[in-house]
Amino acid sequence: MEEREREVLERIERARRRPARLRDEVITLAHGAGGSASRTLVEALFAAELDNPLLAPLADSAVLAAPAGARIATTIDASVVTPLEFPGGDIGSLAVSGTVNDLAMVGARALALTAAFVIEEGFAVERLRRIVASMAAAARVAGVPVAAGDTKVVERGKADGLFIATAGVGAVRDGIELDPAGIRPGDRVLVSGTLGEHGMAIMLARGDLALEAEIVSDAASLGGVVDRVLDACGPAVRCLRDPTRGGLATVLNELARAAGASIALDEAAIPVRPEVAGACELLGIDPLYVANEGKLVAVVAPEAVDAALAALRADPLGARAAVIGEVRAEPPGMVLLETAFGGSRVVDLLVGNPLPRIC
Amino acid sequence: MRFVDEYRDPALARRVAEELAALAAGRERMRVMEVCGGHTHTIYRHGIEDLLPENVELVHGPGCPVCVIPMGRVDDAIAIAERPGVTFTTFGDMLRVPGGRGTLLEAQARGADVRVVYSPLDALRIARETPEREVVFFGIGFETTAPSTALTLLRARAEGIENFSVFCNHVLVNPAIRAILESPDERIDGFIGPGHVSTVIGTRCYAFVAAEFGRPLVVSGFEPLDVLESLLMVVRQLADGRTEIENQYTRVVRPEGNERALAAIAETMTERETFEWRGLGWIERSALGLSPAFARFDAELRFPLRGDRVEDPKACQCGEVLRGAIKPWECKVFGTACTPERPIGTCMVSSEGACAAYYNYGRVARRRAPAPA
Repeated sequence: MEEREREVLERIERARRRPARLRDEVITLAHGAGGSASRTLVEALFAAELDNPLLAPLADSAVLAAPAGARIATTIDASVVTPLEFPGGDIGSLAVSGTVNDLAMVGARALALTAAFVIEEGFAVERLRRIVASMAAAARVAGVPVAAGDTKVVERGKADGLFIATAGVGAVRDGIELDPAGIRPGDRVLVSGTLGEHGMAIMLARGDLALEAEIVSDAASLGGVVDRVLDACGPAVRCLRDPTRGGLATVLNELARAAGASIALDEAAIPVRPEVAGACELLGIDPLYVANEGKLVAVVAPEAVDAALAALRADPLGARAAVIGEVRAEPPGMVLLETAFGGSRVVDLLVGNPLPRIC
Repeated sequence: MRFVDEYRDPALARRVAEELAALAAGRERMRVMEVCGGHTHTIYRHGIEDLLPENVELVHGPGCPVCVIPMGRVDDAIAIAERPGVTFTTFGDMLRVPGGRGTLLEAQARGADVRVVYSPLDALRIARETPEREVVFFGIGFETTAPSTALTLLRARAEGIENFSVFCNHVLVNPAIRAILESPDERIDGFIGPGHVSTVIGTRCYAFVAAEFGRPLVVSGFEPLDVLESLLMVVRQLADGRTEIENQYTRVVRPEGNERALAAIAETMTERETFEWRGLGWIERSALGLSPAFARFDAELRFPLRGDRVEDPKACQCGEVLRGAIKPWECKVFGTACTPERPIGTCMVSSEGACAAYYNYGRVARRRAPAPA
């Protein structure tokens, strides 16, 4: 081999050993075809941003150690949100907190997440990097690695930009059985903070309401908050729920039905930020039905209510926690609200999406 | 919320409720109709009926603009929406209203381009941005929403936007009140008059309610304390033996109304000879159509419509509910065959509808205010 030829071949080898660099500006079908473009996307974007030892081998599965004897919780969450980026978060951070919170609500500490990305052809690489970086940051805050993943690219028009499905596994704390069947008359109902911010932030960010307000999504991982409550109250915590789609009203209806009990709420005690209350008022939407992504509802035994409230308020994510109602025997399966005005009404399940009223 | 909390003060509410109970004590049952769906919503949302004495009864009237649209018109709307090249824009409430052939939501699921807008101006913007589409706005509502449709038509003409039209179903409140007062099973003692409508049409036009029919009417605001105070004013008139048109909503409503809004309506729309109301039947001069000068923006002329009349379902008693002849729960199908998930009658569709409001908020044994000692 000539000296010149050897030099060229060595240069090629050096280039092949260098970490992959993603130079494309938009995602193309090639990035999903499994070849070198796919490898470049995974290495230079996903693995680089989500950077953690479980993911690094880029193997078919991540292998992780579970605490001896622990019960394992598993869940999955599909994130589809328009717009993909909104005040207070984006689809990436939402994918992480949604799954971490689903685990936390059964008393499980998240051990690892896995994520599948369905990307529409033509999606900007920079935007994808921003979203994956945000996902990585949310995972670091929640203290959980994204340990495995998958990427598919679909033709233009076959997806709305980007969908993310995020699965998680967690270890359930010893001695904790969170089950609405354990709810008893006399139990108290708490929320960890102000309601309706995520749903209203999304509605305003869609920009078709001609309404401006400083409303930021509350999307956050609640693992730490749940730890505090369970540390403080243990089995006196009957059950936890995150009031996402359908809001507080929907979650409480589910609990009332599952427990065969009634939940009586005090409207004046339910925390809602004035901006959210104002925007809801203008649109004729009830904040009790608006989605939250960083709040939890706790039903606790009456003797534990002070400890639960103090534990929630000790965490920055629970600073505006409040006791909002109590469980009663009658009428079973229904949620009733004492209005701030002095009347009462039924809070029922909503039909379909909340639609703004005409006048 | 500033400017709102003042009208939701529970201590004030108790004081007004006590005064109301004292006035009503020992009197015959009084049935007061709130004409406007917005008031119905306020009444249920804040649980106002809990604050009323036993013998003061609220009757929920026809003022839910969604509830009064007959099924045939919904079918016509769906037929327009399903035409190729049409983008059909509507207020959200209309999506779930059943016609004879399903709902706009179902048409949307089948592929029709149906979009929710919050103002007719949004529909005009869509027309401006997509000149290749025929953009139709589903104009519904009382005199409250008619001015915004009128202003949008004026702007469409000024800008020369040709791919925009209005399927006009605007209705008028006073012919409906008159129809209720003339119906044989009517049993209303007084009215809480509409608030937003009155900002447009003023209060003088209600004179016939007192003069011809001898009933008091009080125009009311939409906060719970507004409604409670208006109710007190109606009951006080009944106690005093007076029948007058009074205005509780003075912070917004003027006797003469809003002349500019009325002028915009007059320029773009004319009264139809007759119009069908769901549950109430045909009422003369009770609705608005586009005026001849705006014929080119009239969806009824632009698209061939069957204009079929669809009978209300036999089991449905929306008409009697709308006239105040029965309470929602007295309807044969209420809560069984007719629910918010599967509404038979339109009163069950909108949250302003008497039946949906009662179903969603009112389904509990009412705890009445105690009689004064």
